[in-house]
Amino acid sequence: MVCNICGKNQATVHLTEIIDEQITELHLCEECAQKKGAQMESHFGLSDLLAGLADLGTQFNSPKTKTETSKLKCPKCGLTYEDFKKVGRLGCGECYNAFREALVPLLKRIHGSTQHYGKSPKKMAKVVKAKNDLQELKDRLQKAIQKEDFEEAAKLRDKIKEQEKKNNK
Amino acid sequence: MTLDDLLNNTGEWIRCTGPLCDIVMSSRVRLARNLAEYPFSHWASKKEQETVMALSRESIGKVKSLKDSMFVEIGKLDPIDKQFLVERHLMSKEHMIDSENKGLCVGKDEVISIMINEEDHMRIQVMKSGFNLKEAWQIIDEVDNDLGNSLDFAYSADLGYLTACPTNTGTGMRASVMLHLPSLVMTKQIGKVLQAITKLSLTARGLYGEGTEASGNFFQISNQVSLGHKEEEIIDNIERIIKQIVDHEQSARETLFSQTREALEDRIWRAYGTLKSAHIITSTETIDLLSLVRLGVDLGVIKQADRTLINELFVITQPAHLQKLEKKKLGPNQRDVKRAEIIRDKFGKQ
Repeated sequence: MVCNICGKNQATVHLTEIIDEQITELHLCEECAQKKGAQMESHFGLSDLLAGLADLGTQFNSPKTKTETSKLKCPKCGLTYEDFKKVGRLGCGECYNAFREALVPLLKRIHGSTQHYGKSPKKMAKVVKAKNDLQELKDRLQKAIQKEDFEEAAKLRDKIKEQEKKNNK
Repeated sequence: MTLDDLLNNTGEWIRCTGPLCDIVMSSRVRLARNLAEYPFSHWASKKEQETVMALSRESIGKVKSLKDSMFVEIGKLDPIDKQFLVERHLMSKEHMIDSENKGLCVGKDEVISIMINEEDHMRIQVMKSGFNLKEAWQIIDEVDNDLGNSLDFAYSADLGYLTACPTNTGTGMRASVMLHLPSLVMTKQIGKVLQAITKLSLTARGLYGEGTEASGNFFQISNQVSLGHKEEEIIDNIERIIKQIVDHEQSARETLFSQTREALEDRIWRAYGTLKSAHIITSTETIDLLSLVRLGVDLGVIKQADRTLINELFVITQPAHLQKLEKKKLGPNQRDVKRAEIIRDKFGKQ
């Protein structure tokens, strides 16, 4: 039997495809089967499953509607949220900011968390430290409020404002 | 170092020098990293991909532990060479497709490898023999630090390392072990084990990663979650769980050996006999039989072969390896003949 695609080589791979209840049998040579295999793999992968989850952020606690979110576009690389839903891949690091509202619930669903605790690049040490300092101040503020120590709370609030200004520079 | 040098050498994991390497074939850690300035590989222009490749290559040149490494441009390889690298677990299947502007760096002993312009700009991998995730982590941590000295990685203080797919965000780390669990399969306990690990946010895959089937009783188990825990915590978690699976496999082996010794020995010797005398053998049959013989070696039933030989046979009997050894293209039927010939030859020498 010769290959159904190239019509030249001996068919060694036998494939049954079911598309819309239509059953087709394919007899392929190894080379064509590999090409076909690559196509099939991209047919259904993790990205498709992700696409199903990608609407999460728009279902709950978000004022934006589904279509509004889909139209979101990353200012740096031009990828839209619609593109992301199709391919399951983001376009660049900036996309995480551009689609933050929709991505945070998605990350929460995948990882059960939205806060990184692992290593950080040495070059980012300053940024990371600033963020940790800010978090610490916020924690202390919460405690001060709980203890009804409003004098301390006011001081901390001012410090936090100052720190946030610095971080955003 | 060239590709052909790889063919004549054995990677560290094949030599089976690591802890518990009777059950744990290898331990791997990989990190996904992207350059902050450029779009992720799939969204980047050809020009941007080229720049990422050039910058990564330059940075790799400065990594201490990659001094004697080899660099290949995947696009310039023929299909057999690409398949060859996949069979050696040095790169993913995905890296073979649309391979223009894709690169691969392979370090000494095949312990460290770095894919460039795969799903992420850089996919760094460290593979060690046996149950040794901690050492693999230490090595890869250092490589990552070295690369980070000359490259700006996409990173956010709250979400960690930013990756093309949100399933890798955070640490960008996937830690995995390749387990050989014939006794858990024979005693039909494997289903329960695999079910249990998914509840502990680990996943099981086949020999060649995502989307491949488990064969020859091999299972690759890795973490599913990359955000929200420190790298060391993720590794510690996997290690604890794997240790229990290893213990289960060990006790299943003991039970099988004490309760059905003759039947088990019969299966093992028949597998050995077939491998030693077959003249035509498919890769599926080879993997299944080698799995039994490896169990035989572990149990001390077979003394005529060792684990290094069997590990080597797992690798060199695969299609691209056979064709590279034969130095020409072979059709599936020719490969089955060549495969049987190599196995007979290797077992004959023992």
